[in-house]
Amino acid sequence: MTANARARKYEPRVAPKEKVATSAMIASLAAEGYDTVSAPFGHALNAVAAKDPRIVGLSADLAKYTDLHIFAQENPDRFYQMGMAEQLLFSAAAGMAHEGFVPFATTYAVFASRRAYDFICMAIAEENLPVKMVCGLPGLTTGYGPSHQATEDLAIFRGLPNLTIIDPADATDVAQMVPAMVDHNGPVYARLLRGKVPEVLTRYQPDYQFELGKAQIIREGVDVLVVSSGIMTMRALDAAELLAKDNIDVAVLHCPTIKPLDTDTIIAEASKGRLLVTAENHTVIGGLGEAVASTLLRAGVTPTFRQIGLPDQFLEAGALPTLHDMYGLSTTKVAEQIRSWL
Amino acid sequence: MVETATPLTNVSLARRAWAIRRKALLMGQVQGQGYVGQALGVADVLAVSYFHALNMRADDPEWEGRDRFLLSIGHYAIALYAALIEAGVLPEEEIDTYGMDDSRMPMSGMASYTPGMEMTGGSLGHGLGIAVGMALGLKAKKTNQFVYNLMSDGELGEGSTWEAAMSAAHHKLDNLICIVDFNDQQADGKSTDTLTAEPLVDKWQAFGWHVQRVDGNDLEALVKAFDAARNLSEPRPRVIIANTLMCKGVPFLETREITHFVRVEADEWDKAIDILDQGAPA
Ligand SMILES: Cc1ncc(C[n+]2csc(CCOP(=O)(O)OP(=O)(O)O)c2C)c(N)n1
Ligand SMILES: [Mg+2]
Repeated sequence: MTANARARKYEPRVAPKEKVATSAMIASLAAEGYDTVSAPFGHALNAVAAKDPRIVGLSADLAKYTDLHIFAQENPDRFYQMGMAEQLLFSAAAGMAHEGFVPFATTYAVFASRRAYDFICMAIAEENLPVKMVCGLPGLTTGYGPSHQATEDLAIFRGLPNLTIIDPADATDVAQMVPAMVDHNGPVYARLLRGKVPEVLTRYQPDYQFELGKAQIIREGVDVLVVSSGIMTMRALDAAELLAKDNIDVAVLHCPTIKPLDTDTIIAEASKGRLLVTAENHTVIGGLGEAVASTLLRAGVTPTFRQIGLPDQFLEAGALPTLHDMYGLSTTKVAEQIRSWL
Repeated sequence: MVETATPLTNVSLARRAWAIRRKALLMGQVQGQGYVGQALGVADVLAVSYFHALNMRADDPEWEGRDRFLLSIGHYAIALYAALIEAGVLPEEEIDTYGMDDSRMPMSGMASYTPGMEMTGGSLGHGLGIAVGMALGLKAKKTNQFVYNLMSDGELGEGSTWEAAMSAAHHKLDNLICIVDFNDQQADGKSTDTLTAEPLVDKWQAFGWHVQRVDGNDLEALVKAFDAARNLSEPRPRVIIANTLMCKGVPFLETREITHFVRVEADEWDKAIDILDQGAPA
């Protein structure tokens, strides 16, 4: 596939010989061999809601697409359908928080970060209210085009005071972040993985537990340190297996809490003389990579630094595997990039 | 008095609507998915828009003198592609590229990809605001072109829709015609259960619009409504609320449990096209 289909609007096309369907809203990204868990967010929310009557759920016409329907089915009296009105969704969640509830509000990440930003900023973050925003289709997890690809949500939200930000890697992270979000008394934005979500972290670290605010070494290695979040931790771990065959030893530091960043762990791990690569499912501007870079520069730690992430462009529409290859997020491309930097 | 823009042709609107439905199904078959329920439902509205109301040039989609047609609902792109192919703006051969990598017809409509697509959709609730700006711009340029905005009932939930509605009336935009595809469906369920917009006629009236509500699958009623909207002399924006039936024209899909994203099994595409073909109008 040639990049920049946009520039060729008046150029006729012929159908490709090989059919690859656009991956619309179904974002199963797991490589073969991973077990999956169905709707870990919805089930984890049901578990905490059973013990905590303050919890309510709200969605802006995307309950079914954010696994909140699992909560709605079990707790019909505590679920509020707000219609397709994202500004209202977050304002109303703020209002319910004022009344003592702990609202979980869901939509897609693009609509939270772009459409509703001012409402989240002033109604929720400035008042430090315990609204939990759980938002689907993070980064490049749909081939539907820029309207649904939340490539800059972390950049937008990182600038917001009081806000805690989570980019989970897998089903364990998604399930365990839910009680942690409730325990944290303040606003939280979490990127959501929905549907059939792979179990990645426990495969490499059987006793892995999500801890809010903590980065954790999932794999040790002496040549390269990858600092990653979200689905890129899965890519980094898979790429590390590939690189191991070439005797390249890659460590992976999984950093699911984007804000506040676990600077102590990052500085300590970055000080061990390895090539440092950040990997994020997000534009290279304003996300994990730049957060790590500024942390290290401020601390006077300056390893060789490379960034894997999405380019500063509106991305193409198309099949997800094609796009992940095209923009360097696939396992093979991650491995290739790391190899080229050694 | 607005001159009628009806192109000189013997092809009936019924035949155009049928062709739009058929092409949308062919595209759906290419991907094995797509918003075909919406396309089948809105085909009559598009037939009347493109083959009765709109002043346009198929060989010059950016012709300065054209009426503007905004697809506020990017996910309905499959329907608009079908209409643009039928109108000759896009070539028939590209049906096989629908939704493919590098296609000019991505699943969600974007102006940057497709000749004849006037705006980038996908994020809902944008069209009417853009339409207000275009209508203001065309007035400032002292032309008598129309701006059409095709939106959905789900978009009635977005505040931006009503900001634009208020503005259009304030600015007396009599060159703006909004069509609401009222299919009583949105992502989580029926629109009336999700966030009811009723009484919808009263709402638009209260916002200062000229309002018509018609059966959106009745070509004659649509033609009348479009003519009335175009010829009205009142200095007000006009809205046509078109009550449509999702999957219209393919009975076995019409009666299936309707959802936002209607499932069509691999072996059902040919069957659906056969059924359409059996009822092909002259
Ligand atoms: C601003 C925004 N919010 C949410 C969505 C996700 N979404 C896509 S289609 C849809 C339903 C909208 O209602 P409508 O267009 O009436 O749906 P349909 O008739 O096609 O089922 C939703 C919520 C979106 N595209 N844009
Ligand atoms: Mg609808």
